[in-house]
Formats: sequence, structure tokens, C-alpha cells
Amino acid sequence: MPLAPAVTDINQLKDRPELARLLEWNGTAVAGAKFDRGELTIWLDRAHLIPAMTFLRDDSHLKFNLLSDVTCVDWYPSEPRFEVVYELRSISRNRRLRLKVKLNSDDARLPSLINVWLSCNFFEREVYDLFGVYFEGHPYLRRIMMPEDWEGHPMRKDYPVEGYR
Amino acid sequence: MAHMTPTPVMDPAGDRTMVLNMGPQHPSTHGVLRLMLEIDGETIVRMMPDIGYLHTGIEKTTEAKFYQQVVPLTDRIDYLCPMTNNLAYCLAVEKLLGLEIPPRGQWIRVMLNELTRINSHLVWLGTHALDIGAMTVFLYCFREREDVLRLFEMVSGQRMMTSYFRVGGLSLDLPLGFLDRLKKFIDAFPSKVDEYENLLTSNPIWMERTKGVAYLSAEDAIALGTTGPTLRASGVDTDLRRDEPYTGYENFKFKVPVRTEGDVYARYLCRVQELRESASIVQQALAGLPEGRYKAEAPKVVLPDRENMKTQMESLIYHFKIVTEGFTVPPGEVYQAIESPRGEMGYYVVSDGTAKPYRVHMRSPSFANLQALPKMCEGRLIADVVAAIGSIDIVLGDCDR
Repeated sequence: MPLAPAVTDINQLKDRPELARLLEWNGTAVAGAKFDRGELTIWLDRAHLIPAMTFLRDDSHLKFNLLSDVTCVDWYPSEPRFEVVYELRSISRNRRLRLKVKLNSDDARLPSLINVWLSCNFFEREVYDLFGVYFEGHPYLRRIMMPEDWEGHPMRKDYPVEGYR
Repeated sequence: MAHMTPTPVMDPAGDRTMVLNMGPQHPSTHGVLRLMLEIDGETIVRMMPDIGYLHTGIEKTTEAKFYQQVVPLTDRIDYLCPMTNNLAYCLAVEKLLGLEIPPRGQWIRVMLNELTRINSHLVWLGTHALDIGAMTVFLYCFREREDVLRLFEMVSGQRMMTSYFRVGGLSLDLPLGFLDRLKKFIDAFPSKVDEYENLLTSNPIWMERTKGVAYLSAEDAIALGTTGPTLRASGVDTDLRRDEPYTGYENFKFKVPVRTEGDVYARYLCRVQELRESASIVQQALAGLPEGRYKAEAPKVVLPDRENMKTQMESLIYHFKIVTEGFTVPPGEVYQAIESPRGEMGYYVVSDGTAKPYRVHMRSPSFANLQALPKMCEGRLIADVVAAIGSIDIVLGDCDR
């Protein structure tokens, strides 16, 4: 089964209900979109992250009530270096959606979503611990996997896999 | 000394309360979970879980391995359900590759996955009952678990770290005599579940210790990101096997047990019912197991048959190439979630077009479910913490990765 090429043009993806509703709500919040291997990804603007997530959670047509996962990808050495990835799931509609926020390495911070989903507590702490992305407004942003006095953020690409630092 | 810096310590808020440290070496935490409890007499005022004691950096290690070399790492994550982790990873890479698995491979995967669920739930039931004080159940559960482990050993050569699934199918076909042995086990299994239920379900001590304990409402359960039986016991009807069928689950008929009470007893009932449903799925898989190939026809990804390598030049070349250079995966990213015994096990795999994954992230159910523990325990008695930990069925290897 050959793979269909990824669609990255927003205009071609406008019939997807998730993207259509987001654009209708606030077109400036959406920075890009991609449909690949049956999965829809939407890039959000950092400034609109909290309102956009709250909208996705509460909107009666979308109802993305479960935050499945928060993680990060390091694209070192290219910029913007970090991509924070949110996986949402709507239990009642049985749909999934991936949201991403791009961050530059000199400004790797974004607002915490802990007031939208309580589950962000551990997820954001993990991303902070392993990637060094700072979540503003998180009440207890401390290391979770590594020891408290660990130096560096191990999942970054410039951190060696083995040997001494 | 720098390495002696203490891990975070909670300060009591006032004179009335004190801080009690529970774990990391505590038998009822099922591994190395440390809980800081602020208590007022016997009542818990605040609880803070501290994890990371089993962090082994598997996510980082995967970035230095070929795609096929990651498979044995995945079953070290959740050591009670290795096949589930193998499957989630293989499905994610197969989705990246756009690979279809032949029906026989899919059915065997379903069969073994449900056996893994039985294995995991048996360990949970035995240890959970042991924590609460019912010792007999533990011995009964491990008797059947031993049978499951022998079946795993037969099929993969290993009792726990099976690594049996491969990207593109299975490592080998089922051995001779396996199906008969499995049939014998699975036909007798529902009567064994009756035995456990006889000991617990209407046992007054068990009900006293579990009913109404560690309550979690549906709204809280969703907001805290819990999945699996923990979520279903709070009245949310969702099961990824039914809602997002993978590897051929759409061919099987099974019920999804849902309870609305949201307490330890409801979680117990959900999981025991799942044991019966899993047994029924294995029976269906046995009855309709198709003939044919057990791995996909993709010479650049799947290792060739041993016999072909002795007679065919191409097979030998492909084998050499896959083993020495790995196989490349077209660039892209996927998130593949499956229903593990604990909840949603998700693999987020990013490929940059080379033979090694650019990023593999595991969304582990234990990690998310653990966040619900303070909500369940705050305002309740210390003795209930043990029941609450058992009821969310965490595996710390899965939690810390």
C-alpha cells in the first residue's frame, strides 16, 4: 500500500471540521496544518495557545476533552528548535487531533495549560525535565524523571547518548 | 556532596499536620514509587507522588538504534505486558511505512495481546488482593499466570521479555502444539475466574475495604488524563480496541465493561470482567485463525525466511542489508495508541528518513493514571492509600521509562 503524500496546504484542508472550526473562531491562531497518514496536525501560535486549547475542549462541535499526551521534538541545530506536541482525543466523537507549537531555542517557553487540563501537571514537568522547555504558570515545575541536581536536559539532541558529558 | 542533595521534601502547612514518607521501598507501591503524605492524624491532607527512580532513558536510547533494534527495548518499559508494548511500537512504525500485515499475523497478535492482558490483570489481582489482606487469591492468580508465561516461553523463548512481534509481522510462526495447549488453558480459564470471584466479589471484608474508597468522578478522571479500566470504572465508555480498532480487532466481538461507581470495587469489577472478555477473544481467535503468511511481503523491511536465504541470492542480500544497515522509513510522524491493560499506550514516532528513529515517545498509561492518585486519596485514611494504588494498577517501569 503506497503512502499518500502529505497535504500541507491549509486551503485544501479547510473541510476538516477541526481546522474549519478553529479558523472560524480565530484565524490568526493557526500557523499551519498538515494531513499525513490519516492524522491531522495543526500548528498553533504561542500567544493563542490557552484560548485555542480551551476552545477545542469546550466547543460543542469538537469536544476534545481528553489530553492524551504532551511531548516535544528537538530539531537541533535548525531553528525554530523545539516543537511541543499535544495529542488530543475526543471521547464522545472518537477523533484525534495533534497540535504543535514551535519554539526558538533562545526563547523556549510557553504558557502552561494546567488550568485547562489538570493532567498537564506531570506531562509538562516531563518536557521541562528532559528538554528544558519552560512552562510559565505551572505551580510545581521541577524535575520529575532526573534527580533534582541533574545538569542539562537529556533528551536534547546535543546531549550525548552515552559516555560522560 | 552534590549527589546527596535531597529529593524534594514537602513542608507541613501548620502545627496540626505532619509529613509521612511512604516508599520508595514499600511493598504496596509495586515498584519504586515514593509518596509524600501530609497527614492530620490518620487523614491525608495532601499527597505528592515522587517518581523517576526507574528512569532508564529508553526514549533517548531508541534514537541511537535501528528501527528493529528498538523492539526489545519496548518490552522493558512495562514488564507486565511486554507484547502490548511490542505491538504499539510495531504498529506505529508500520503506519509510518504504510505496511499491511497478513490476516494470520494480525490474529496471532490479537491472541497474544489478550493473553498478555490476562497475564497483567492476574498479577494486578493477586498483588492488589495481597495488599488488602486476601492472601489466597495471590496464589490462585499466580498459578494461572505461570501457565500464561509457559505459553509465552513456548512461542518466543522468553517468559517475560518476549520481543516476539516485529515490524512487518512476527519473528516466527507459532510452534507445533501451541494451539492445543492454548486451547486447553483458555477453555478452563473462565472457571478459574469464577474461583477468584468466589473469594472476593461478595466477600464482606473485601467490600468493606474497597466500596466507596478512592472515589474518582468521570469529570476528574478525564481532566486528570486517566484511561483504561480506571476511566471505565468512573462511567466513561471508551475502549480503543473498539473505538479505534487496530490489528484486526474489528473482527472480534467483545463487551466493554463499564461501571459508574468510580471506586476501588468498581475498578476491580471492570478488570475481572475484562479477564472474561479477553478469554472470549482468545477463543474467537483460536476458532477462526486463518492460514497463510505471518509476516508482510516487504523484502526491504521484513527479514526473509531462513530457507530462502540458502537458495536465493536476493534473500541473502536483503537479510545482510537489513541486519547491517537497518531499513529506512519515509519521513513523517505518527501517534499510534492502543489499549494496554492499564489504559492508552501511545507511541509517538518521528522519522527523518534514515534507518534510526528521530524521536520515539511513549505515552504510558501508568504515568497519566498516577496523577489521579492524590485526587483519590486526599481527605481519606492512610489505610486506603494502599487500596487506591492497587486499584489504578501502575507499573513503575512504565511510569518512568
